Amino acid sequence: MSSQINLGPSGVSPDRPNDVHVALTVNGRDREADVEPRRLLVQLLRDDFGLTGTHIGCDTSQCGTCTVLVDGRAVKSCTMLAVQADGTSVVTIEGLAGDRDLHPLQTAFWEEHGLQCGFCTPGMIMAAADLLARTASPTDDEIRDAIKGNFCRCTGYQSIVTAIRVAAAAMAGGEASEKSAADSAGVGSIARSTIVDGGVA
Amino acid sequence: MIPAPFDYVRATSIDDALARLSGSDGAAKLIAGGQSLLPLMKLRLARPGGLIDIGRLSELRGVHRRPDGRVSIGALTTYDSLLRDATILRYGLLSDVLPGIGDVQVRNVGTIGGAIAHADPASDLPATMLALDAEIIVISVRGERCLPISSFFQGPFETALAHDELITEIRLPAGRDDVGSAYHSIAQPASGYAIAGAAVVLGGRTASGWDTCAVGITGVGDQPYRASAVESGVLAGASFGEAAARATDGIRVASDIHADREYRAHLAAVQVRRALEAAAARLG
Repeated sequence: MSSQINLGPSGVSPDRPNDVHVALTVNGRDREADVEPRRLLVQLLRDDFGLTGTHIGCDTSQCGTCTVLVDGRAVKSCTMLAVQADGTSVVTIEGLAGDRDLHPLQTAFWEEHGLQCGFCTPGMIMAAADLLARTASPTDDEIRDAIKGNFCRCTGYQSIVTAIRVAAAAMAGGEASEKSAADSAGVGSIARSTIVDGGVA
Repeated sequence: MIPAPFDYVRATSIDDALARLSGSDGAAKLIAGGQSLLPLMKLRLARPGGLIDIGRLSELRGVHRRPDGRVSIGALTTYDSLLRDATILRYGLLSDVLPGIGDVQVRNVGTIGGAIAHADPASDLPATMLALDAEIIVISVRGERCLPISSFFQGPFETALAHDELITEIRLPAGRDDVGSAYHSIAQPASGYAIAGAAVVLGGRTASGWDTCAVGITGVGDQPYRASAVESGVLAGASFGEAAARATDGIRVASDIHADREYRAHLAAVQVRRALEAAAARLG
């Protein structure tokens, strides 16, 4: 494209000279790809890695259904370039439960009717995972603020808020169990270590 | 939606970023969090030929108090980090404004330097920086400059930044115990951007009024501005309501489907009055 400029060598193959090599961890597994700089993280996850649990809704950074955790923090993957995620650790809805069948958030959404059509659910749960990693026992106001960037158009927010509250209680109550020990080695510990790393100097 | 093609490089240092920016002759843009730039690129309202990613330059991140008491904010400090910083939250207007910016996902990634450089005429932070008389420290291969915020915003999405310059730091004056501040806005519910927002720094209560008053307004004109008519009214002892009524003096008030000119001007006056009252209340 004539509009492109050369900022220096980055090409990984002669026929696609502007491609960039990215290597990242997705759900605990090392992944690599050669991508156009304009490739979005959500495309990398869905199209290149086949992780279609992360949805594309509005595609304009409004609806939050594309939310994933990048280094433990909720991010809208439609508004992050794949190259920006190079070297990071990404967790999608597919990786949230780790070795278990379901993460406590997934169980709570199921039990509390936190979904109807389910389209917004992956993003809702990933946004809630960010919240619960930082605030173990959130108030309803804190829960509502945490999902402000996530739209639901069918279930309604009340049962989603309830599900997140129930999940928080389950995670707090189960801390002594073996299952939860595995839990905090998963998403929780990623989030906590990142808060330290990403904190202000 | 997919942006138009562009070349990409991740800067390895500030000097590396500056050399590449200078060498691109205005064709490349810096990207930090990208929370404003990427949506524009996806809509193809912005089509930079290249992106220089400064997001990993950790030396541009963090808040610290300088020996002279002023507070230095690294340009890459995210909203989320600011929201968890005790030094920042001591500024009442920043504790008001930060929780309402974007949403959690945006605040996790978006940076203060990015917001200032982007200069959206309806974003919240610029008005607070105006009211605080912040200084913007910028650097290029030609050297460093310190720009007063009062002349930084020059139009919608236009700033005093030259094409080869990078914001390194936002510097706030030391807080004063006899000064209170507040931010009030009414946001367009879908976008979250301000229809009218007012940032106030007020202090030095005297027998006849106040000796310090700064009012920054966003969402109303084609760029954030200082409402000097309101300020001089307050300093001269006018009531908050009387002074706030002059919030749009000399301003060509924006009009759109969310608020026509008359309604927006009314909202501006209301937000200014409320922010003045809240700032005064913080002084006890």
